[in-house]
Amino acid sequence: MAIFRSQVLVCGGTGCSSSNSAKIKEQFESKIEEMSLDKEVQVISTGCFGLCEEGPIVVVYPEGAFYNKMTVEKVDRIVEEHLYKGRLVKEYLYEDSIDEDIIKSLSEVDFYNKQKRVSLRNCGIINPEDIREYIAKDGYMALGKALTEMTPVEVIQVVKDSGIRGRGGGGFPTGVKWGFAAPNKADQKYIICNADEGDPGAFMDRSILEGDPHSVLEAMAIAGYAIGATKGYVYVRAEYPIAVKRLEIAIDQAKKEGLLGKDIFGSGFDFDVEIRLGAGAFVCGEETALIASIEGKRGMSRNKPPFPANKGLWGKPTIINNVETLSNIPQIINNGAEWFRSFGTEKSPGTKVFALGGKINNTGLVEIPMGTTLEEVIYDIGGGCPDGKQFKAVQTGGPSGGCITRDHLKTPIDFDSLVELGSMMGSGGMIVMDEDNCMVDVARFFLDFTVDESCGKCTPCREGTKRMLEILNKIVEGKGTLEDLDTLEELSETIKNTSLCGLGQTAPNPVISTLKYFRDEYEAHVTSKTCPSGVCQALLSYKITDNCRGCTKCVRVCSVDAISGKVKEVHEIDQDKCIKCGACMEACPFDAIIKK
Amino acid sequence: MQKTMNLKENQENFKELKTYIEEHKGEKGILMQTLHKAQKLFGYLPIEVQKFISEETKTPMAEIYGVATFYTQFSLTKKGKYVISVCMGTACYVKNAQLILDKLKKELYVEEGETTKDELFTLDATRCLGCCGLAPVIMIGEDVYGKITPDDVPKILAKYK
Amino acid sequence: MKSLEELKKLRDESKKNLEMRDTNKKIRIVVGMATCGISAGARPVLQTLIEEVDKNNLNDVQVVQTGCIGICRYEPIVEVYKPGEEKVTYIFVDSRKAKRIISEHIINGNVVNEYTIGSEEKRK
Repeated sequence: MAIFRSQVLVCGGTGCSSSNSAKIKEQFESKIEEMSLDKEVQVISTGCFGLCEEGPIVVVYPEGAFYNKMTVEKVDRIVEEHLYKGRLVKEYLYEDSIDEDIIKSLSEVDFYNKQKRVSLRNCGIINPEDIREYIAKDGYMALGKALTEMTPVEVIQVVKDSGIRGRGGGGFPTGVKWGFAAPNKADQKYIICNADEGDPGAFMDRSILEGDPHSVLEAMAIAGYAIGATKGYVYVRAEYPIAVKRLEIAIDQAKKEGLLGKDIFGSGFDFDVEIRLGAGAFVCGEETALIASIEGKRGMSRNKPPFPANKGLWGKPTIINNVETLSNIPQIINNGAEWFRSFGTEKSPGTKVFALGGKINNTGLVEIPMGTTLEEVIYDIGGGCPDGKQFKAVQTGGPSGGCITRDHLKTPIDFDSLVELGSMMGSGGMIVMDEDNCMVDVARFFLDFTVDESCGKCTPCREGTKRMLEILNKIVEGKGTLEDLDTLEELSETIKNTSLCGLGQTAPNPVISTLKYFRDEYEAHVTSKTCPSGVCQALLSYKITDNCRGCTKCVRVCSVDAISGKVKEVHEIDQDKCIKCGACMEACPFDAIIKK
Repeated sequence: MQKTMNLKENQENFKELKTYIEEHKGEKGILMQTLHKAQKLFGYLPIEVQKFISEETKTPMAEIYGVATFYTQFSLTKKGKYVISVCMGTACYVKNAQLILDKLKKELYVEEGETTKDELFTLDATRCLGCCGLAPVIMIGEDVYGKITPDDVPKILAKYK
Repeated sequence: MKSLEELKKLRDESKKNLEMRDTNKKIRIVVGMATCGISAGARPVLQTLIEEVDKNNLNDVQVVQTGCIGICRYEPIVEVYKPGEEKVTYIFVDSRKAKRIISEHIINGNVVNEYTIGSEEKRK
């Protein structure tokens, strides 16, 4: 194997790819060739580094120099200076990563030092399209160990002892689930990896598939061995083309190396994996709906029991695990249950990946031990809200979760504490909102989502969420009443208690939690007909301030003749005529028109 | 908009679809993958294509139509040359993606899900494109535009006209 | 893959290529690679050092390049940082000397005094 003196790692995750990282990689390659360094320097595309806000990201080893916000234009100088002459291009380096000319190791950078990377251990470190790099990081050792040194019962026991709970939303203990399927007698059992990451704002599963696909395949084979399944499916969103491609490559390579297929490790155990593409239906994240979708049907959920562990895909015992859950499994087998329990809390051991987004400085993926407080995640790792704005709330659990306010920032995060606060872990989306976000509007946004995504099978979810959305629309339009708030609460309870599957049962959560913590905002919308955060268009009015010079530009653009005033004098808007199109505000050269 | 599909022009595509169906004959639960394949070939799933799949796979038309209409990725109508997807994931939404969508509607004179008269653009609101670090984000064809403001919209559209 | 041993072998073979991405190594060998260093022949020295480190499986050694060290007349210059030891600066290094630095200093822990900047200055 060729020895290189330097390696350039370019992030090839979706976030960085969207901002041109593929072109950056190409430019590195061509410039390196031009300078005849191609025998000395290797360029590698990796998975997500997590710090998406600073993307595209390039890390140069052996120094571990972290170049952020890369552009194609910056490449030549890095090659000429850093790679050729060994001089760091300091002004391109990520500010936090350098301390008086000394490069800090990545683990010392603020964004990373509170993190503990278990699921994401290989993301941004290895080339996901090269099985050798995964193997170099002890890849497939856990599968080898399970197949050659452990019985299926022992494998399940280790997973049970580790206490790992499903990272996809519900938090059900994974080992217990496997234990349900194992004793069932059947001619065929199935393992399904649920990669139908539907929560808008969560992208950890995608990043794992893009950055470390083999860890998921290895875990599926281990699960297969544990319960006696020989066939696995990865059900992945069609919206994730990069993840699908890397998975395909990974499956091919694993088959070639004999790590998938027949008689793995000479143990007599066979395991095959196939990819199935979703087609854009949030409900398919629900187990029974997902199964229906793999069977080629409309993705509608059904009553449980029977649980999939007894009767799942094509009526056979089936285990469905989420991507992040699976990516933990090889580590648990290699290092033992105790090791896993050394992170996190008693009832929620291990780490959890969160997708930090919204009004936060360091948007990206973070993996923290359970029990870390929200405050640490949002301020120490996330760097707080941008532009000095006031933090208002953080939304966790996506359309099934709720909002958590400033008063609860000291809460240690685990499965149970979030439920107690009226939210949930969900898949790990964490959207930060500041003073400019209207909580009624946010609740409306989520309801709009669930109405769209309800499969329509059961009435409470299909009709109930629709009625709730109507009421919320009424409120944001300024036509709501105080009774509406009570109706919302009542409907929420009914939908929660009577819906068929998790989608409906959790759909009212965003409304319940915002009503609980931000009732004053709802009341402002219905009683004084104002939106305190200035979001709900219908409740805003345009006003002309004293900055007006009387240039009449606004008069000319107003399509309903609502603006009047003499030239060179302060103008006025007739609120009855105004249709709130905002044209005047756009036209005003003096910023004299405000929306309030 | 084209009401019926020009079967002659699409002969090659039908042939390829037929090969795909034959290759996967007898595989369980293959319908969705077949629809994916068909949509890739034709760009959408007009009734003619659904009928063809129904006949070739001996699956009732009702079932095919049911699946095709259930999933948002499948489209029964022809899309414009460029599909504009406005990310309406939570991260983008709290960063004012709605204003971007409104601006696009205004600029293109279409509503969500519609195609412009010249068949150049289709405007879609979509769930999370997964680049929350770039919020708010729109995608035109394969190109991603991040951290945009409503004022950037006309400039971006001009590149495609 | 027929056995765990086979996998372990493959793992150990594959490991080398990833060694570089571990930045927590103890020993650092720094090669001056500014224009002065390169024109004096630093590039083959760097290559030799990397090859020797690899050949001897020195997992705890990081070979990096740096800019101008400031004493251009002594190039090619190689500096060795070992924990608990003072920095050692070698001058006029070539491939042959590089090999000795690795085998005597890095592996056996004996500074190759005759190549250091100190001995050169004494000579004057």
